[in-house]
Amino acid sequence: MAIALTFQNKIIPTDKQGYLLDHLLWQKDLALVMAEHDDFVLTDAHWEVIDFVRQFYLTYNTSPAIRALTKAMKSEFGEAKASSRYLYKLFPEGPAKQATKYAGLPKPARCI
Amino acid sequence: MTSIEQQSSSSAQENGLAIINSKAPFSSTHGKDALDIALIFGSFEQKVSLFFQGDGVYQLIADQDGSLLAIKDYLKTFSAFEFYDIEDIYVCQQSLSNRQLDENFHIDEVKVLSSIEFSAALNRHQHVLRF
Repeated sequence: MAIALTFQNKIIPTDKQGYLLDHLLWQKDLALVMAEHDDFVLTDAHWEVIDFVRQFYLTYNTSPAIRALTKAMKSEFGEAKASSRYLYKLFPEGPAKQATKYAGLPKPARCI
Repeated sequence: MTSIEQQSSSSAQENGLAIINSKAPFSSTHGKDALDIALIFGSFEQKVSLFFQGDGVYQLIADQDGSLLAIKDYLKTFSAFEFYDIEDIYVCQQSLSNRQLDENFHIDEVKVLSSIEFSAALNRHQHVLRF
């Protein structure tokens, strides 16, 4: 089912699962609208991951799958936050999958 | 993917998958396809080594930007290899000198090997994918 994402009186094109088709249209307020559609509440801890994932994408031109994400987060945030357990608590449907969505990025090709 | 080869020699067991890149970036999807396979193997903690020979060496040369051609610049992703445990990256010295290219790479971990060393390194792998 396609989601009609309306933001500031404009329709933002997304794929069937609600991922933005153009990551340049992303902004924080749009992420809030996307999360609201999913009945998902974004806390500061979520934002930390979302911002990190977005930065990863802008640097490396790819959305990180879970293992690369935890490895990359380790150097930035330390051991405690760089575990898949921590990330799955924040994003129960799959951290890489959900964080990339609210970061306005394409869904990672590598499944989880 | 254009071919898969299985090494038959019994000494070739230790090193997992080798991916040979033999095409220039951006003119075809070969390089991007090879990268996707490498990242998938890395994501699942499978050992993978990358080999660049022939026109494939152009994928390592610095100061290129595919987005000027309206193509996603997948070469930027090479800098993320450490997060996928991809550490063994080999380039054929002969291929560089045939093309009068300096060792001016956009990532650090590249090992330049002579043709003989290049084949020897390749032979240590059990499986080879050529792009």
